[in-house]
Amino acid sequence: MSPSPSDGSHGIRISRVSKVYPGTARPAVDDVSLDIAPGEFMTLLGPSGSGKTTMLSMLAGFVGVSAGSIEIDGRDVSRLKPHRRNLGVVFQQYALFPHMSVAKNVAFPLQQRRMPKADIETKVAEALKLVHLEPYADRLPTQLSGGQQQRVALARAVVYQPRALLMDEPLGALDRRLRDQLQREIARMHRELGMTFIFVTHDQHEALTLSDRIAVFNEGRIEQVGTPADLYERPETLFVAQFLGESTCFRGTVDRQAGVLRCERFSVRVPEAPETGSGVVIVRPERLELCADETEVPESHNRVAATVTDVVYVGTHHQVGLRFADGTTGMAMRLVGPPLPAAPGDDVTVAWDPAHQAVVADPAGAAVSVPEVRSATPVLP
Amino acid sequence: MSDAVKPAVGRDHALGWGLKSVVALVGLLLAAPTVVVVPMSFSGADTFEFPPKNWSVRWYEAFFNSERWMFSLLTSVQIAFLVALTATVLGVGVAFGLDRARFKGRNAIRSLMMAPMIMPGIVVAVAIYGVFLRWQLNGTATGFVAAHTVLALPFVVTVVSTSLAGYDRTMDVAAATLGATALTTFFRVTVPLLAPGVLSGFVFAFVTSLDEVVIALFLQTPDIQTLPVQMYNSITLEIDPTIAAASSLMVAATTIVLLVPLLVRRKRSTS
Ligand SMILES: Nc1ncnc2c1ncn2[C@@H]1O[C@H](COP(=O)(O)OP(=O)(O)OP(=O)(O)O)[C@@H](O)[C@H]1O
Ligand SMILES: [Mg+2]
Repeated sequence: MSPSPSDGSHGIRISRVSKVYPGTARPAVDDVSLDIAPGEFMTLLGPSGSGKTTMLSMLAGFVGVSAGSIEIDGRDVSRLKPHRRNLGVVFQQYALFPHMSVAKNVAFPLQQRRMPKADIETKVAEALKLVHLEPYADRLPTQLSGGQQQRVALARAVVYQPRALLMDEPLGALDRRLRDQLQREIARMHRELGMTFIFVTHDQHEALTLSDRIAVFNEGRIEQVGTPADLYERPETLFVAQFLGESTCFRGTVDRQAGVLRCERFSVRVPEAPETGSGVVIVRPERLELCADETEVPESHNRVAATVTDVVYVGTHHQVGLRFADGTTGMAMRLVGPPLPAAPGDDVTVAWDPAHQAVVADPAGAAVSVPEVRSATPVLP
Repeated sequence: MSDAVKPAVGRDHALGWGLKSVVALVGLLLAAPTVVVVPMSFSGADTFEFPPKNWSVRWYEAFFNSERWMFSLLTSVQIAFLVALTATVLGVGVAFGLDRARFKGRNAIRSLMMAPMIMPGIVVAVAIYGVFLRWQLNGTATGFVAAHTVLALPFVVTVVSTSLAGYDRTMDVAAATLGATALTTFFRVTVPLLAPGVLSGFVFAFVTSLDEVVIALFLQTPDIQTLPVQMYNSITLEIDPTIAAASSLMVAATTIVLLVPLLVRRKRSTS
């Protein structure tokens, strides 16, 4: 599934790229490095203003880099104009040419490449087939729905077999159902075309479903790069853990000697503590066991007493809200079916296997001793 | 761009009875002169008569057979065409500059462009007359074209600026990613999308010049008189119902010219 890592001579290599917009102090993109392998589906995920669009714009050539370089297949393209980069771009607002029919829109990039007319017709037909829009070839974009327009934009962006397809929140303007449908279409296109896709979104669900790898952006920097499973199960920073999915976070002081994280009222075992100092233990909700009887818990497991605050039924499972002795709130997940071991107000023992927890540095804890740090977490290469 | 879809929404539903009657009243007031003049032009009587007792086309015959009327018509159309051309070229340039370039005093220039629309016509006319006397432009075609261009420019700038404001710049970016050079993008994307606005500007400029009388009165000589000047002169000297025919023709011509951009747009959105 996941392609082999790039050696730099193939694929896209972003090396120490920064962007400072004129008249601003803080860089919009700050020393970002990222290798994207040929055929990979890479997602740039992050909150609003984290620099995803800026990064994509630098790849496409809409804005120049302030520092660093971007290489495609071993060739530095950071000084090339957009029309010389041979990349496909899909915009959130479709950006179809309103005065041209669907077929003419799709033919446009081929005409720029001076392709013979007959070949253009074949290619356009193929591309429209790929997005299931053959019957709409002669319509104007205004006569199509949003989802159909975005499919035309996708066809137009891949018809000339660009080096990679860049998409900036392509589903952002669509409603929920269309989003899901188009997500599947994009995944299918990626499989069928074998093209490198670079996809920008702030929707974690979208990122987890589509991507081979995800780069999590925060304040212009990459917090972590990895497969969806890496990011979900082994977050390396508190930001990543909290941005992707739900989690229970125990804050405390790491005692490496004893192999524990000391919280206010209890301790949590951390067999592989990375460092000493303020730390956070992160556990995903489906890893938390709720036990009425503590003796059933295996010896190796962590266990902490908690009170059930609420139980929410969400169809496939129950979300069980928890409050621990030190005031930490958390959440456990129980599949619907087996009877719930606890009701709101009950005291329970919460247990989990330390193999399924992640330990990260606590940015808030570090900020106490070093004021004004952007983030105490180490930035990955 | 998407005119075909959007405006339909807010129209019929939003108009209540009160608003409808106001619209009707304003429409009536605007149409009233035409409603009087057009029947009058078909009168068979020797003087102005409304409503006419008998009908004829004698005043149209008189108009087309009169060398003076035909000459002034030709003069007017030629001047209006040149004005439309000049004002469109200049106006498109100004509108692009105001929209795309970022410089100090942009808003000041935008307001200044509107000055000829705000100033009383007679003041503009006297000023132009004074300056043109010194430059020896009175009674020349160049003078007429220059003066009318000044009046027409604000219309072109306004109309084209509006189209430009509605122009989505991601079109240009998209075209670039698809491999188009800036020049190709301009001619294959920008120009076709702005064409309706530019055409409207052209038509407005044409009509502005065709209708203009105050400046034309100042600049006229016996050798060069526009149609409105000829009309004015004809009623100050004698009572000649030919003017009614001339006016009706003018109304018809102006209406047709103003409808052109509308029809072009309609055709575009349905084709
Ligand atoms: N043209 C610009 N000039 C100055 N600052 C800019 C410009 N474009 C973006 N920025 C700033 O750069 C930062 C990153 O913006 P960017 O658009 O890349 O974020 P994003 O991750 O795409 O956010 P969103 O999810 O809201 O689209 C923001 O702080 C933004 O205000
Ligand atoms: Mg963005």
